[in-house]
Amino acid sequence: MKKILTVAFAALVVVTTPVAAQKVTEINFYYPVAVGGPVTKTIDQMAADFAKENPDVKVNPIYSGTYQESIVKVLTATKSGKPPQLAVLLSTDMFSLIDEDAIVPIDDIAKSADDKKWLDGFYKSFMMNSRTGGKTWGVPFQRSTIVLYWNKDAFKEAGLDPEKGPANWDQMVEYAKKLTKTDASGNVTQWGVKIPSSGFPYWLFQGLTTPNDVLLMNDAGTETYFDKPAVIEALQYWVDLSAKHKVMPAGVIEWGTTPKDFFEKKAAMIWTTTGNLTNIRANAGFPFGVAMLPAKKHPGSPTGGGNFYVFEKTTPAEQQASLRFIKWATAPQRAAQWSIATGYVAVTPAAWDTPEMKKYAQDVPQALVARDQLQYSVAELSTHDNQRVTTALNNGLQAALTGSKSPADAMRDSQREATRILKDFKR
Amino acid sequence: MRARVTPWLLLLPALTLLVAFTHWPALATIWDSFLSTPKKGRPAHFIGLDNYRGMVEDEVFWQALTNNVIYAVGTIPLSIALAIAMALWVNSRLAGRGFLRLAYFTPTVLPMIAVANIWLFFYTPQYGLLEQITQALGLPSHNWLGDKRTVLGAIIVVAVWKEAGFFMIFYLAALQQIPPSLAEAAALEGASRAQYFRRVLFPLLMPTTLFVLVNALINSVRMVDHLFVMTRGGPDNASALLLYYIYQVGFSFWDTGYAAALTVVVLAALGAVAFFQIRFLDRRTHYQ
Repeated sequence: MKKILTVAFAALVVVTTPVAAQKVTEINFYYPVAVGGPVTKTIDQMAADFAKENPDVKVNPIYSGTYQESIVKVLTATKSGKPPQLAVLLSTDMFSLIDEDAIVPIDDIAKSADDKKWLDGFYKSFMMNSRTGGKTWGVPFQRSTIVLYWNKDAFKEAGLDPEKGPANWDQMVEYAKKLTKTDASGNVTQWGVKIPSSGFPYWLFQGLTTPNDVLLMNDAGTETYFDKPAVIEALQYWVDLSAKHKVMPAGVIEWGTTPKDFFEKKAAMIWTTTGNLTNIRANAGFPFGVAMLPAKKHPGSPTGGGNFYVFEKTTPAEQQASLRFIKWATAPQRAAQWSIATGYVAVTPAAWDTPEMKKYAQDVPQALVARDQLQYSVAELSTHDNQRVTTALNNGLQAALTGSKSPADAMRDSQREATRILKDFKR
Repeated sequence: MRARVTPWLLLLPALTLLVAFTHWPALATIWDSFLSTPKKGRPAHFIGLDNYRGMVEDEVFWQALTNNVIYAVGTIPLSIALAIAMALWVNSRLAGRGFLRLAYFTPTVLPMIAVANIWLFFYTPQYGLLEQITQALGLPSHNWLGDKRTVLGAIIVVAVWKEAGFFMIFYLAALQQIPPSLAEAAALEGASRAQYFRRVLFPLLMPTTLFVLVNALINSVRMVDHLFVMTRGGPDNASALLLYYIYQVGFSFWDTGYAAALTVVVLAALGAVAFFQIRFLDRRTHYQ
């Protein structure tokens, strides 16, 4: 009997002690990546490191597939009343998430002067897709931009300076003409340039409209400007690369195989995301250069990639815990490590000043191009009913690139469709 | 009393699952198709046939429908003809036929997403498999998936490749049920192999053909996985199929009311065609 009592007492002590210590807040964190792969490991490591420093918060990373699959999962969960506490989703999903009442403004939970300073520490061009109506809705995390990669060997062979990419539109055509090689039977063996146009051509298209000094939408996300002359001019240039100058293959160019086209020396210059830098460094069997996108009136590119979002219908304690994790993950040193591990652009100037990042920039000077391009960067196309509006533009772009509509007709049709979709949001 | 309750109790588990996951969602879809899509500050409300009226003016819907008809006409007869040919071949006595059967059946076993990634490489311009062959023959280069005129054909080929092996299994099973005495009798009567096939084999295979036909039709609407990997409906909706469009409307655009209306139309069309097939062809089908 005495023995039983002792055991019972011991058990009581064991059970009660942790309760006295602290309650653990659990954060379900949806992160867009298929299960497995090096990025998963990095995220798991981050969650573990965070747990060491913050024993009262437990972050559960949930790998939710591609960006598209992730937003479907997050919105379905929200509609069924069980939203995640935290997620990384496309920065362009901001309006959709606001319209679904799914997210809370970051400045409602980050109120202290210290928090404000932290929010102001990000690159302005990354905040463009994170703020609307005077509120901050997302925090930049894995952000990217489009750059031009060129094959230095191919440049040498064509008699071009291998150390310099094309600086402007005319130069890109001129270089591309010299770089396009044809075999005896008339088939092209190496294209001068490839700008991919499958899946999300609107993003690559912004790499042409931005240098032409024109925006595709307003800040409120209620208007689009697809039929402005400068936009049509930009599309005409894109179409002419294959139709007139014959330096780019005709039809839609697959995004996914474009880096491979570059490795296989089937394209001497390609446009793709900075996120491909690590991939291209590992797989290109020749020296390559990275340049800002060629300028027209000025240089320019859209930003892209994912933001942190904090969700509605969660407790204030969970929201505060989420905020703590976001601040921890975007702290300069961690942002630098994340950038080096993945190839995404480090999101704060402070991250670029860390010793780790300085060393990386010395080893891989190509990484700096993305940062330097940020000052010319604009927000990625994002409006209310975003998927529908971007689909309208994508269809127009592909129609023009496959030659079934003229650039002017295609853009007018896209604009008409976008106006129809957005009429409900104008107030 | 017990005699009346027991069968229902036995049916209950299956019935619960069917009602919860098939019948109830189907009815809910029909109801949803008469409601507007809930938006911020405006909950779903009854709008009658508005969603259906929108469909009439929706060019993308008509294009997806046309594409789907072409897709069905392109895949069904071709995959059935191939399936019969392959079944006849692997049913005959030849060396390594176990291996052949396996080879024909393999495409069916592979997941469609994996298959689509492989075919994406086949179609890749300049260094894809197809391109290497055409280059070796000195033919001009072509961007199969990037051209509005060829993309649907390219998608159809993948579907036929995937399906023919599956249908072959049914034909193979049917062929093995046919007694060899029929072939012997036909040979004694002096019938040629073509006559034997046309007058004896094919009519005896009709029940299988009917079954395969219904399945092929359903598959021509259901099988869209490869679009996600290969074309995403592009370029400019040239390869958009109905189910892919429904997914896009439902889960990219979040226009749930309209997606429900589209689903109802597709279900009704499929039901009507299947009903017609079974009613009409069944009468002309010879069962042993």
